[in-house]
Amino acid sequence: MSFLAHDVPLTWYLLLSAVLFSLGVVGFLIKRNIITMFMSIELMLNAVNLSFVAFAYQWHEVKGQIFVFFVMMVAAAEAAVGLAIIIAVFRVRATLAVDRINLMKL
Amino acid sequence: MNQSLHIWLIPLLPFAGFLLNGILGSRMPRWLVSTIGLLAPFFSFVLVLNAYALTSISAVSCTGCGSATAVALPYVETFPHPWIAVGGLRADFSFFLDPLSLVMLLVVAGVGFLIHIYSVGYMAHEEGYARYFSFLNLFLFFMTVLVLAGNVLLMFVGWEGVGLASYLLIGFWFQKQSAAAAGKKAFIVNRIGDFGFLIGIFLILVNFGTLNFNQIAVGLALRAGWHGGVLTAICLCLLLGAAGKSAQLPLYVWLPDAMEGPTPVSALIHAATMVTAGVYMIARTDFLFNRSPFALATVAIVGAATAIFAATIALAQNDIKRVLAYSTISQLGYMFLACGVAAYSAAIFHLVTHAFFKALLFLAAGSVIHAMGGEQDMRKMGGLRKKLPVTFWTMTIAVFTIAGFPPLAAFFSKDAILYAAFVQGTGGKILWFVGLLTAMLTALYMFRLWYMTFFGESRTADVHPHESPWSMRAPLVILALLSICGGWIGIESFSAYLAPSVGLHPAVSSNPHLELILAIFAFLAALEGWLIADKYYRRKTERPAQLAAALPAGYKLLANKYYVDEIYDTVLVKPLFAVSRYVLGWIVDTAILGGIAWLLAGVANLSGMILQRWQSGNLRSYAAWLTAAAAAVLLFILIAQGAIPMAEPLTHIMGAGH
Repeated sequence: MSFLAHDVPLTWYLLLSAVLFSLGVVGFLIKRNIITMFMSIELMLNAVNLSFVAFAYQWHEVKGQIFVFFVMMVAAAEAAVGLAIIIAVFRVRATLAVDRINLMKL
Repeated sequence: MNQSLHIWLIPLLPFAGFLLNGILGSRMPRWLVSTIGLLAPFFSFVLVLNAYALTSISAVSCTGCGSATAVALPYVETFPHPWIAVGGLRADFSFFLDPLSLVMLLVVAGVGFLIHIYSVGYMAHEEGYARYFSFLNLFLFFMTVLVLAGNVLLMFVGWEGVGLASYLLIGFWFQKQSAAAAGKKAFIVNRIGDFGFLIGIFLILVNFGTLNFNQIAVGLALRAGWHGGVLTAICLCLLLGAAGKSAQLPLYVWLPDAMEGPTPVSALIHAATMVTAGVYMIARTDFLFNRSPFALATVAIVGAATAIFAATIALAQNDIKRVLAYSTISQLGYMFLACGVAAYSAAIFHLVTHAFFKALLFLAAGSVIHAMGGEQDMRKMGGLRKKLPVTFWTMTIAVFTIAGFPPLAAFFSKDAILYAAFVQGTGGKILWFVGLLTAMLTALYMFRLWYMTFFGESRTADVHPHESPWSMRAPLVILALLSICGGWIGIESFSAYLAPSVGLHPAVSSNPHLELILAIFAFLAALEGWLIADKYYRRKTERPAQLAAALPAGYKLLANKYYVDEIYDTVLVKPLFAVSRYVLGWIVDTAILGGIAWLLAGVANLSGMILQRWQSGNLRSYAAWLTAAAAAVLLFILIAQGAIPMAEPLTHIMGAGH
């Protein structure tokens, strides 16, 4: 049994995860710059990853860790596609303010 | 013994011709189109002759050829895989050759081939040459399927198919409004008859459990006491189908209009072969009709009534092809009359001779029309005897044949029918008398046509008639020879040949004196008709007009064909249109169905207008909604599990961690 498992209870991990997730949500909602919003999404994903790892460690289950790999993979793909879109948008509109990217509106 | 006759090729060759000419014909030169169009029916005819030769050898003892080449009738060819096998129903692609279908095939393929030859000359200057030949081959395909079919369902396929080919060829000049309308009329009137046929097929299937002709006959033979009842219903349904296809009362109205098609088509489809399909069908199902005296009597009455009805109309028609059309209806009435007195072999005998002389009449009329540059009104003809010698002489033979003069073909066949009617008791005497009267009228209107067309002076100045090319004259001459000799085989030997299929003709087993007396009566009737026509249309040509003026009501009634078209229009067509337009069109379609559709569209439109406010295009508002919704779902799950105070499970977990 490692040092962490005995000294840091699961609740703390979960609390940290919840705080990170909430920060991500709030950041996503109030920020206007797409890149910042993007980083907020990464924050949310990693908050979830943290709780996965914590649960996996707590219950000696490897499934949670496998899930984390999946999430990381999706996040990497999302980053690649998202950044490409952001660059393309910036080239056309010369702005990253999300309020002004509203061509799809009726 | 098991030598194959390859009768499956008989329909298939014309079908190949149809495909070739139909798909590639418009890009091929005319000589190639004609070659394909002629070769297909020619080889079919050769196969039919081959089948006839091989099946007749066993009957006539042939010392040289031995029994190995002989094939016994009935002969069946069945495609090994079933066509339809559903539940108890099984229908095959099976072709059935017996004396009846063989005789019919000889007529269809033989006359069909001659008319194909004639068409080469007649259609030489027409647009759509390849289309014409592909349709003609298509007709031959379906007609041979109809004749060879071993079960009712396959016969129905051929039956519908010839209707289709007939429709296509009536409307061959589809740019002409009247031709297109005539095609539709033929198709729709035939639908009524086909409806009856179809119901008859269903009734057969329900009551016999099979559609195969032989098995139906066997099923009937097992139940010897079964008469009338459902059999009458089946027969009346079949009769309705036959009346539609063979233009009998009350469904005859399509045939005169069908004359809008090219004349060789009128000769092949609307005189010699397709319209006789109804007679063939009744003869084919004779075992059913024989069990239902009521249905037989109905057939006889329909036939006799049609015969005299159409003959009277023909008296007052001026279009040469329409006279022939009504004459066809009248002659088909004779055949039905013969079927109705169970003299099927006499009906088929008349069918054969009729195919010869009526095809000849039509082809000769076509030659006249061709020479007159498309003119069909007999009032504008006259004096063509010198200018069209071949046409005149062949037409003369045909006119004398249909009028029933000995020793030409129709004398024998008509005589056989009248005799069979006469020996059928009191009702038969009436039928015989109607038939005799019709024979007189037939002679009258045919000689009227003859005199108006070929005698007197030409009534049109600016036409220079010319004799037709050899391709048109050769079939005329061959058919004229057949019209002369076709009856010499005699009803006795013809009936004996057909006996395995339809039973013997009553004439075979009774007295020759009566037959002779009746024949003299028929001859006198024909002579009377000729003399009247001679008086009115040659010697005193002003008399018909005077007579028409003296009896305006009677003349108008005949000239307007008893107003049957008008009556059908008022009683059936107009009300049907009114119901379609007002009840179905306005109330059902526009008001009810349209209203429902309008209501649904309105609901969708309204909800769209409300929901589009969410679609703001503002990414952060979407995110806010997403978050709020996720929070709501989470809250809902927690409440549903009763776990809002999270303490209990968490403390449990923490306890486990320690």
